[in-house]
Amino acid sequence: MIRNVLEHIGGIEWYGIISILLFFACFAGVLVRTLWLKKPFLDRMAAQPLEPDLPEPAPEESRHD
Amino acid sequence: MTARDRNMNVETFRYDNRIVRAFAIATAFWGLVGTLAGLLAACQLFWPGLNLDTPFTTFGRIRPLHTNAVIFAFVGNGMFAGIYYSLQRLCKARMFSDALSWINFWGWQAIIVAAAITLPLGLTTSKEYAELEWPIDLAIAGVWVAFTVNLLGTLLRRREKHMYVAIWFYIATAITVAVLHIFNSLALPAGAFKSYSIYAGVQDALVQWWYGHNAVAFFLTTPYLGLMYYFLPKAADRPVFSYRLSIIHFWALIFIYIWAGPHHLLYTALPDWVQSLGMVFSVMLVAPSWGGMLNGLLTLRGAWDKVRQDPVLKFMVVAVTAYGMATLEGPTLAVKSVNALSHYTDWTIAHVHTGALGWNGFLTFGMLYWLLPRLYQTRLWSTKLANYHFWIGLLGMMFYVVPIYVSGVTQGLMWKQFNADGFLQYGNFLETTLRIIPMHMLRAVGGTLYVVGIVLMCVNLYKTARSGQFVPDTEAQAPALRTQPTRPEKKVPGWHGHRWLEGVPVTFTVLVTLAILVGGLVEIIPMYLIKSNVPTIAAVKPYTPLELLGRDIYIREGCVACHSQMVRPFRSETERYGEYSKVGEFVYDHPFLWGSKRTGPDLHRGGGKYPDAWHYNHMENPVSTSPGSIMPRYPWLLTRKLDTNVVQVRMKTLRRLGVPYSDQDIAQAHQQMAAQQTRIVQNLKVGMVEAEPDREIIALIAYLQRLGTDIKGSPASTAPQLTGP
Repeated sequence: MIRNVLEHIGGIEWYGIISILLFFACFAGVLVRTLWLKKPFLDRMAAQPLEPDLPEPAPEESRHD
Repeated sequence: MTARDRNMNVETFRYDNRIVRAFAIATAFWGLVGTLAGLLAACQLFWPGLNLDTPFTTFGRIRPLHTNAVIFAFVGNGMFAGIYYSLQRLCKARMFSDALSWINFWGWQAIIVAAAITLPLGLTTSKEYAELEWPIDLAIAGVWVAFTVNLLGTLLRRREKHMYVAIWFYIATAITVAVLHIFNSLALPAGAFKSYSIYAGVQDALVQWWYGHNAVAFFLTTPYLGLMYYFLPKAADRPVFSYRLSIIHFWALIFIYIWAGPHHLLYTALPDWVQSLGMVFSVMLVAPSWGGMLNGLLTLRGAWDKVRQDPVLKFMVVAVTAYGMATLEGPTLAVKSVNALSHYTDWTIAHVHTGALGWNGFLTFGMLYWLLPRLYQTRLWSTKLANYHFWIGLLGMMFYVVPIYVSGVTQGLMWKQFNADGFLQYGNFLETTLRIIPMHMLRAVGGTLYVVGIVLMCVNLYKTARSGQFVPDTEAQAPALRTQPTRPEKKVPGWHGHRWLEGVPVTFTVLVTLAILVGGLVEIIPMYLIKSNVPTIAAVKPYTPLELLGRDIYIREGCVACHSQMVRPFRSETERYGEYSKVGEFVYDHPFLWGSKRTGPDLHRGGGKYPDAWHYNHMENPVSTSPGSIMPRYPWLLTRKLDTNVVQVRMKTLRRLGVPYSDQDIAQAHQQMAAQQTRIVQNLKVGMVEAEPDREIIALIAYLQRLGTDIKGSPASTAPQLTGP
């Protein structure tokens, strides 16, 4: 049923234009929200992987060399 | 524990290192297997004897084995190793379920082994990077669900409020791969290891390349970007260059990527508006891709001196650079005028290997060299050996990629070259094949070097493991998330927008799903539902029973790996092959067999071009009809009996998918086959060839002679008339 209804869908030429507009709307939204973020938060997030998890191996050269 | 810790309800827990080690070992092992299969395939292209005259070792079956092994076994295991390590630490939580972790591991290895058995056996759907048959597809879906539940469960149990950027990429990977895999694998079984895609022709092509392109995006790119965002700062001991940039680049990347699939089908019978949309979005992809690359490279600001010393960073810098090169080249190749030259040539192969060898390979190697010493609480056994690996691998990559760039451009130009009289300069396709053989030899030298590098890595990692003590669980402490403030105090600035989103994994996942679904739906729904996109051609009829079985042999032998069935609307192609392909000609093709590479010529207008006896001799020994040909021999087709018992089940399956076989067609399938076989045998006699009618070669000849003949108004001379519905 739905298939038959949609077989007569028109305005295919709008698909491309809508797609581009949709992208720019999303992109602009993300951009604005991201620019709002404050530096302390960003710094804290960026440092997340740097928290030590395993004791680091000694920094000398490898054993074999 | 201090009073403050007690107030914060600090919990002690253990990270699971066993699962990380298991995936790391599998990564190194399958890396070696996958690249060795690739090396064999590369050598077969200039030394056809290496096909060994057995069905299991011919190029058409080895090539999918190689691509599946590298993508799903090597990169897949590498991705899981990195995710299982970093996710636990970024969430400050053990994985949600150890049982799911091990189901993920053993299930994935079982799928890889199943692929390694079924692909050489010729059990394939023929759809690139989705060749595995339906029972294995179901297993993939199950294992992927286990992984996704484990991922999301871990996020819900996390002790770190905000999800780091790497985790966003993992979420996007889990969701999108599931969507892609399910929709592209929809097929109707016609036996234990045989199925027909529910899509036909152009729809199948579009869905396949929506999948194929995004398999590159969401299996080879997004998880590895996540790994880059975790392991590169770790190795450099520097925070990522710009967290802001990572947010913008993430959303732009996952939104745009999904639209770009149609660039694999430029100048084909795909509707023009879809082609243009795919091209525009592909070009736009440069921006987020380079955002990621620059963010990676600039993370090393002030730490470049470390790159000189540390092989881990060396591998990672080359990986990120290769990512940058591949993601500039990809959109370039998606421009229609460039694609006109590059498509079907080695240029595409060079492009994907910049990504696979450079980006995925080198990032994996860097990650393993970083990870193993830490899991074993020791130092890398030999930094010198790792440096050798780096230089040998880099040289190998160069020797691999550069010659086949030359090969691709050379062959593409030769295909299009006209002489002063207006005829094709290289009318014989074979001339163009022979010209690029030296490049293929050089490429194999590069591949050998790359494999040697992996062997060195395996030795180094094994020795490292032997010299240390494995830490199965790492103890850690963190306050429980529920005891941390759920709402910020009003004085804290910036509590809105993305910061909020990073604390709500479920909402985040839903938004990611929406972002990736929009592109797919806008492109594919009209293809499904609007008849005007697929004009029907009255002369196009379903395959006869014998042709159908011949087509299944064509699929089984992987002919599509080297032969396209899509004549593009260029004078250079219509002169060489004949009338360009029309979308309406493929309405009964489950699956489509347009192909993506012309190691041999296009076959879409091959029907009726040569006599039946030519095909018989050619399949027995290609050099007998085409001196210098690099095509494998297919002697088994001449001796194997055709399994005709399956034909009615297959016709019924196809009828359920919309192919108009009547009850009478199905009931009389065996008689019709016998009649067509007899006519082909008679034709062969004219060409001085004696053959049994019940051999596989007869069915294959029936199919090859049918190709592209419908619109000529003279279907294959041997074809019986089907009654239709």
